[in-house]
Amino acid sequence: MTTPVGSDRGSPRVAAPQSSRGVSWGRVAGLVVLVLGALVFLFPFYYMVVGALQRAPQTDISGAFPNPANLTLANFVDINAQVDLVRTLINSGIFTGGVLLATFVIGLLAGYALAQLEFRGRSLVFNLMLLILVLPFQLFMIPLYVLIVRTYGLSDSYLGMILPFAVNATAVFIFRQFFLQLPRELFESARIDGASEFMILRRIAVPLAQPAIITALIVTFIGPWNEFLWPFLITKQHDLQPLAVALANYISTVAARAANPFGSILAGAVVLAVPAVVVFVVFQRQFIQSNLGSGVKG
Amino acid sequence: MAVVSARRGGRLRTWIGRDPIGYAFIGPYVLFLAGLFAYPLLLAIYISFFDYFFAAPGAEVDRPFVGLRNYAQILGDPVFQRALLNVAEFIIINVPLTVALSLVLASALNARLPFRAFFRTSYYIPYVTASVAVIGVWLWLFSGGGLLNGVFGPLAPNPSWLVNEFWAMPIIALVVTWKQLGFYVLLYLAALQNIPKELYEAAEVDGAGVVRRFMTITVPGVRPATTLVVILATIVGANLFTEPYLLTGGGGPDGASMSPVLLMYRQGIEQGHAGYAAAIGAVLAIAVMAISAVNRFVLERE
Repeated sequence: MTTPVGSDRGSPRVAAPQSSRGVSWGRVAGLVVLVLGALVFLFPFYYMVVGALQRAPQTDISGAFPNPANLTLANFVDINAQVDLVRTLINSGIFTGGVLLATFVIGLLAGYALAQLEFRGRSLVFNLMLLILVLPFQLFMIPLYVLIVRTYGLSDSYLGMILPFAVNATAVFIFRQFFLQLPRELFESARIDGASEFMILRRIAVPLAQPAIITALIVTFIGPWNEFLWPFLITKQHDLQPLAVALANYISTVAARAANPFGSILAGAVVLAVPAVVVFVVFQRQFIQSNLGSGVKG
Repeated sequence: MAVVSARRGGRLRTWIGRDPIGYAFIGPYVLFLAGLFAYPLLLAIYISFFDYFFAAPGAEVDRPFVGLRNYAQILGDPVFQRALLNVAEFIIINVPLTVALSLVLASALNARLPFRAFFRTSYYIPYVTASVAVIGVWLWLFSGGGLLNGVFGPLAPNPSWLVNEFWAMPIIALVVTWKQLGFYVLLYLAALQNIPKELYEAAEVDGAGVVRRFMTITVPGVRPATTLVVILATIVGANLFTEPYLLTGGGGPDGASMSPVLLMYRQGIEQGHAGYAAAIGAVLAIAVMAISAVNRFVLERE
């Protein structure tokens, strides 16, 4: 598949010094690329924090190196006056927590059944789950709105926010893959001893699956925590909005009238970003594993 | 009955399988799939064939079957056509940039260089951060008196970036590329680890330089990952909502960054024409799946 690269095998002594020079040049180039990349990815976050702490907005280039005298926490007070940070963080937490709980209970049962139990229709369920992963959300936006808001009257409710996200398909997939790896004999011997399937799940499968559970829950966490469109569609009441929705509404409507609009927007952005970034940095091994897993699958 | 005959090991058991308890385990998930996935999917198609609009709660309204009229209308709607062109512009900028940058960064990460873990983390951070939060800082960077105008000085466009008809969509494409790139870097990193090291060593012995090895070993070696990246990036492009809604003030200026999902929101939810919006969703989903199929065919033919 790969194109053959020359066939000049005659002079290894000449090739060797060339290649070692090539390697070190390559290493320098690689490092330069990595550093440039890190600057491009991290600078906006640095600038977000700087902007959130500046009393008066400093948008010229010197603003990137803030003057300590110009630093303040006032922007956090400002945004808190406009968007009740505690309330909206609690709403984000309930929305995210509901999704995590449903994914854990329903998804774990489903993942175990898909991997270890034999019953007709199992592969149909599995294929439906894979279909969710490829079908774009926009197809579901209008019918879900009709169902949840119009048919069930669940607008402005946590249940309405949670339902469409309730069981994360990626998490079910991770559970299934994990349980598939476990040797069948492990479960067979427990069955012979007369343990019920539920006992086996609780006493054997769940304790063993802890790494998979952590990975799945972390992958699930960033979805609802960062989600904007769906809770935006169904929450009109301010005291039920997650922080992402409340901050977006502030950006699109109120900010224009504020004295230091970017300062307060960025203070809100920092509050929204910090929990997800912290969870990621603490659990990054699990995050990266799951991403690598999806790469291998693809 | 079913359980009894299953225990007896009768024909029903053979038909059901060894573990009928599986239905109890999978039941809640099947309910979820049926109620929040399969049924809405059918409902979306159903709605798109009706003049389905939202009335005040409790009011009985007539919602006549209109066949393909919604589809005919959207295809003739200049706003929808503009939104499709905008997505095309987004994809033309975002997809090649995503593939090139993430493959280059992944290759650099794959070499045994110092601080790899730090670099990998820094690339992934935008991906795990809420769009709403990162839009806050990009709004500031690209604002009229923002840092980028300071850097570009007289070269900065007028009107400023986000209110400039030419620049609005490219900026959305760049911001989204930046946000998603870390995910694709990790996809490529996994693919790179499957390429045997010996190939590189052999090429090096043969005197192939860094660029040559990259083009002849790396690029073909990660082709399946490239298919996945292109398909996922296309889906992201078709799903654009938050960026045009917040970054360019609702698809502005003058529709220059209108996206199909933003149009669905405006038509379906703000104005209540659910049938029309459902038809937009169906056309978009069909287009995404068609593009994915074409990508798969083109990128994987050998």
